[in-house]
Amino acid sequence: MPKTESSNADDPVSMTVREAIREGLREEMQADENVMLYGQDERDGESFEVTSGLYEDFGERRVRNTPISEAAQVGSAVGAAATGLRPVVELSFANFIGVCFDQIMNQVGNTRYMFGGASKVPLVLRATEGGGVGAAAQHSSTPHTLVAHLPGIKTVAPATPAGSKGLIKTSIRSDDPIMFFENKTIYGERGEVPSANSHTVPLGEANVARSGEDVTVVATQRLFNVAMTVADDIVNDASLEVIDPQSLYPLDAETILDSVAKTGRLVIADESPMSYGFHAEISARVVEDGFFDLDAPPQRVGVPDTPIPFAPGLEQEIMPGNAEIERAVRRVL
Amino acid sequence: MASVAFDTSDGKVEALRRMLLARAFEDTVQDQFADGEIPGFVHLSQGQEAVAVGAGSALEKDDYITSTHRAHGHSIGKGLNPNRLLAELYGKETGYCEGKGGSMHVATLEEGMLGAQPIVGESAPLATGAGITAQYNDADWIALAFVGDGAVAAGQVHEALNFASTWELPVIYLIENNLYSEGMRFDEQHNIEDLADMAAAYGIPGKIVDGQDIEAVREVVSDARERAVAGEGPTIIEAKTYRYRGHFEGDQEPYRSDDEIEEWRSERDPISNYSETLRKEGIMTGNEYDDLKAEVEEIMIDAVEFARTSDEAPSDVAYQDVFVDPAPEIEAHRERLAREEPDWGAY
Repeated sequence: MPKTESSNADDPVSMTVREAIREGLREEMQADENVMLYGQDERDGESFEVTSGLYEDFGERRVRNTPISEAAQVGSAVGAAATGLRPVVELSFANFIGVCFDQIMNQVGNTRYMFGGASKVPLVLRATEGGGVGAAAQHSSTPHTLVAHLPGIKTVAPATPAGSKGLIKTSIRSDDPIMFFENKTIYGERGEVPSANSHTVPLGEANVARSGEDVTVVATQRLFNVAMTVADDIVNDASLEVIDPQSLYPLDAETILDSVAKTGRLVIADESPMSYGFHAEISARVVEDGFFDLDAPPQRVGVPDTPIPFAPGLEQEIMPGNAEIERAVRRVL
Repeated sequence: MASVAFDTSDGKVEALRRMLLARAFEDTVQDQFADGEIPGFVHLSQGQEAVAVGAGSALEKDDYITSTHRAHGHSIGKGLNPNRLLAELYGKETGYCEGKGGSMHVATLEEGMLGAQPIVGESAPLATGAGITAQYNDADWIALAFVGDGAVAAGQVHEALNFASTWELPVIYLIENNLYSEGMRFDEQHNIEDLADMAAAYGIPGKIVDGQDIEAVREVVSDARERAVAGEGPTIIEAKTYRYRGHFEGDQEPYRSDDEIEEWRSERDPISNYSETLRKEGIMTGNEYDDLKAEVEEIMIDAVEFARTSDEAPSDVAYQDVFVDPAPEIEAHRERLAREEPDWGAY
């Protein structure tokens, strides 16, 4: 059990991303009887032990295993949410959204609109993405831009423990459907989290984690941590402003534009494929509304449009990291 | 709408009246679509009224149904208002979904219609989810998914059945087997005679019923409902039926003969046969049938007038209800698209 209570409710607590998501789930389950969790191996904490202990605490009614049926998991979540529950459905590896993409695109995203507001769909879909653990092509993708592109779904991908806890709580409380993307390589990352039960992070609010003057680096998930390291490493050459967008949609474009107005330079680091994705969206927003603030072309750092290979050497070859971010920063200096 | 008891004369006449209304609704849609008054495209269900109304008669007001692309009969059977239903088909603001759904996307949760789902098979997981809520709250309502025979070839239907069986959810999966999946014959889609046989794979009851016999449909759905409310889990019901019109209005129907359609119409029509039954039983006498017919025709004349004279929703509605809490992007994009001049800020 992580330490989540302290003598002073305002004192921050150190916890991992995994613990932060778990504690966020726990608090919202305690606060609202209509919150229930279901997925594959949900009772045993799923593949990455995020929900470990919740079955023991809340029991069979609120934490349930499902058959390996992603389409039925997501489709039923729409029906359950429309009729009064707040289901939090876990889809395991984010690649598996391919199995239920019909439900995500046509049901989750369209239901409220096509029925003229007749129903709300307060559900959360959780999935873990990202490479770097030798899981190969079908368990390592970062497909969050596919979902962020769909009308009617809000998409989040926090990088920090505080962001993870705050956003899982906000997502559960939201009356809109949320796809909550986790990155499997940062579950163990530790950070300070406000201990107050009331700690939440609004949807569509970026976190300016490090203030700087020369280059704005918008970085998500694992690459946010990498960007923070790069900022330390090159502190003598350049001052980086590092922004974790936290929410992909809605996007806090204002914070990014304000930063670019100051720095004039932009690097976007995200582990999704580089074409037609998150990087392009951030670039477009900045070019549309901050074109004349730019002193250099925006730079993209991501996976160069390949699937993720298995062999460690090959995987490292295509996975963006410190070197890629540092080179991108130096190109625009 | 509350269930209709068929053990009284009034109940039986009401059941017939509802079938007549469903038929009149579809005939009206057929005519008004042909006249170009209804945009888009429509799928009609004349011939299947005993399934829609028989099932609706067995359900209580708080029960939910989910439906398919062929949803008008199910909606009337559940008790939806013909004016608002037709107005939705006309794309008017007074429609159930403000005209944003149309024929294929009708929902009204207050009246137990959880949604028509024109992507074949999607009605099944959706009803499964309503079943989760009912079970979670230990409620005394259930969900019924209408699925076509074609949907039984879709994977998500089987996922839903297996899920609901495993969790023992209070859901009825009512397969309307009208012998055709779009323009494909039943035996091109399935390698078994009776789709209800699948129930064995899920360890649940699978019932076959004559879908042209409203009393038989009502009874089998009623039994399945009792089982569901008692916490004994889902049931598959296969109703053997037939649609008189093509897959969609305008379908040239090269896949079947006029003789086949005529045979069903003349010998197995659910409305003619049931009115004959009620006459033989002495429940309906004199001009009662003609009076019922005139009554539903009057309802549809009013519905057409209501739909025609209703307004389309104002343009703002196109941007609303994407979310409960709107994403700022939508209005920002809208505003940008409306700009006549460049707005490059302080430059």
